[in-house]
Amino acid sequence: MSATTIEPVRPNVLTDIASVWTRETLTILRDPFSLIFSLIQPLVFLGLFGPLLAGVAGEDIPFGTTLQFFLPGVIVMITMFGTSMTGANLQYEIMTGAFERILATPLSRPALMIGRALKEMTPLVVQAAVITLVAVPFGFELFPAHIVVGLLILGVFGVGVGALSYALAIAARKTEWIFWAVQQSLLFPLLILSGMMLPLETGPEWMRVASKFNPLTYIVDAERTLFSGTFADTDVLLGAVAALVTAVLGLWVGVRAVTKSIF
Amino acid sequence: MIHTNQLTRTFGSGKDTVEAVKGIDLDVGAGELVAFLGPNGAGKSTTLRMLTSLLSPTSGSARVAGVDVTAHPAEVRSRIGYIGQKDGAGYNYRVRDELLMQGRFYGLTRDESARRGTSLLASLDLKGMEMRKVSTLSGGQKRRLDIALGLIHEPSLLFLDEPSTGMDPQNRANLWEHIMRLREERGTTIVLTTHYLEEADTMAERVVVIDHGRIIADDTADALKAEQAGDRISLTVAAADVGTTRAVIDEVASELTESPHDEGVRIDFRVERATRTLPRLVRALGDKGVDVLEASAHQPTLDDVFLNLTGRSLREAVETGAEA
Repeated sequence: MSATTIEPVRPNVLTDIASVWTRETLTILRDPFSLIFSLIQPLVFLGLFGPLLAGVAGEDIPFGTTLQFFLPGVIVMITMFGTSMTGANLQYEIMTGAFERILATPLSRPALMIGRALKEMTPLVVQAAVITLVAVPFGFELFPAHIVVGLLILGVFGVGVGALSYALAIAARKTEWIFWAVQQSLLFPLLILSGMMLPLETGPEWMRVASKFNPLTYIVDAERTLFSGTFADTDVLLGAVAALVTAVLGLWVGVRAVTKSIF
Repeated sequence: MIHTNQLTRTFGSGKDTVEAVKGIDLDVGAGELVAFLGPNGAGKSTTLRMLTSLLSPTSGSARVAGVDVTAHPAEVRSRIGYIGQKDGAGYNYRVRDELLMQGRFYGLTRDESARRGTSLLASLDLKGMEMRKVSTLSGGQKRRLDIALGLIHEPSLLFLDEPSTGMDPQNRANLWEHIMRLREERGTTIVLTTHYLEEADTMAERVVVIDHGRIIADDTADALKAEQAGDRISLTVAAADVGTTRAVIDEVASELTESPHDEGVRIDFRVERATRTLPRLVRALGDKGVDVLEASAHQPTLDDVFLNLTGRSLREAVETGAEA
């Protein structure tokens, strides 16, 4: 027990993230039906909502243009659905005790959150690929490199949302319904006020003002710009900044929640 | 293995501040088996969480397995095993997957985790359970799997928080059999918390009694019982014989109390080695013409120790105690 300097044995946060992600992903691997089911949801949304939106847009705008606007929004939406659920799966493991056991391992604290958030986004990459390919025959123009960058920005943003959801689950660990109450009552206003489903240009002034304070607005705008094949645009930069700010804030809140709470 | 200096933890702030742990000084050597005994809310689990780096101390310091818990929490965690109060294995996972992942969390290779996992499952009577979903295991099996998870990285120090709470006596005995055997094989230092008196009494070599966030006693169970409680004898004699009886027992008895009893008076007192003294006393009293109506020898339990130290019975404290 001498006072020698301690060399961290496992300093690699990336390894930890990969480990956490692998464990979480096992739940999908062992039950692949859930993945198949999750693929249907965005397709239904695109198939049923898209034509309505096309109707609103009018006859003179081609369906491909409507898809170009709407599809990135759907991808952002499924990201929000998925990553805001990060805490729900965590809650179960807080309840059973698995979470405390994992906390007692040397895993880095941010890795615990990032790994879980990335797991929620894993099916999303498949979902995004499927709905994008399905949309191509209907006149959707494909820009693969831009989509990859779009997914990266979405990934960073999703880590932030996931970490916030994680912190919410910890805060609500004794009264679980609060998690759902907060998650649901934040999710839909954020989605609508980002112009994700319907453009806000036709909405009232207050909604357009409110949307400026919604980080999701910048993400949606960035995704639309990227999916339409443009890199060099302020929208992309603002989206990247919004994603980064959300991630940093989310991880800060999440790590605090982990280290200050008793399970 | 463990050295703490005025380890303290408070919760809340201002008027609502609760001092859960108030300046604990503790040393645990390699190979010891120590039980923290105390009622719910005494600060046992809070202390354990600080020692395992899950909770940071408000003040004071602790070195665990040679590492400072505040400066290098992750390093502490890599050197110890921790088995919490609840089930550690994820219910939605297969037994084998959880063992492999746990090994990976500690930086073991997949082969190494698999090898150790197989051997742990075998020695914990869980052979053949590899592909079972954790949620389908029985309570006792889940608990043994937790032990396997806690030992996959072969820690030299193992913490167990209320390891047998909620288990039936048979499963509890079985769990202890496994813990004791693993300890014998590996020489693991074990620190556990419990509010089961019998568990602390029969299993631990050293009992640290904690109440209101402080260590109020720290010794072997036998030494605590001898010092803090001692053996007692209780005799019932006719009221007319009380004087003669007192004259006979006065030499050996202390802490004597008298209370009225159906047929006479009951006299309680403390003696050394009650089971040996009692027959001699009864004979000596018979010689003096005293007819002893009832007699019993009482050897102390840790509850008597706790009662003597705090004025409260631990059994009652456990039943009425609040979670903190």
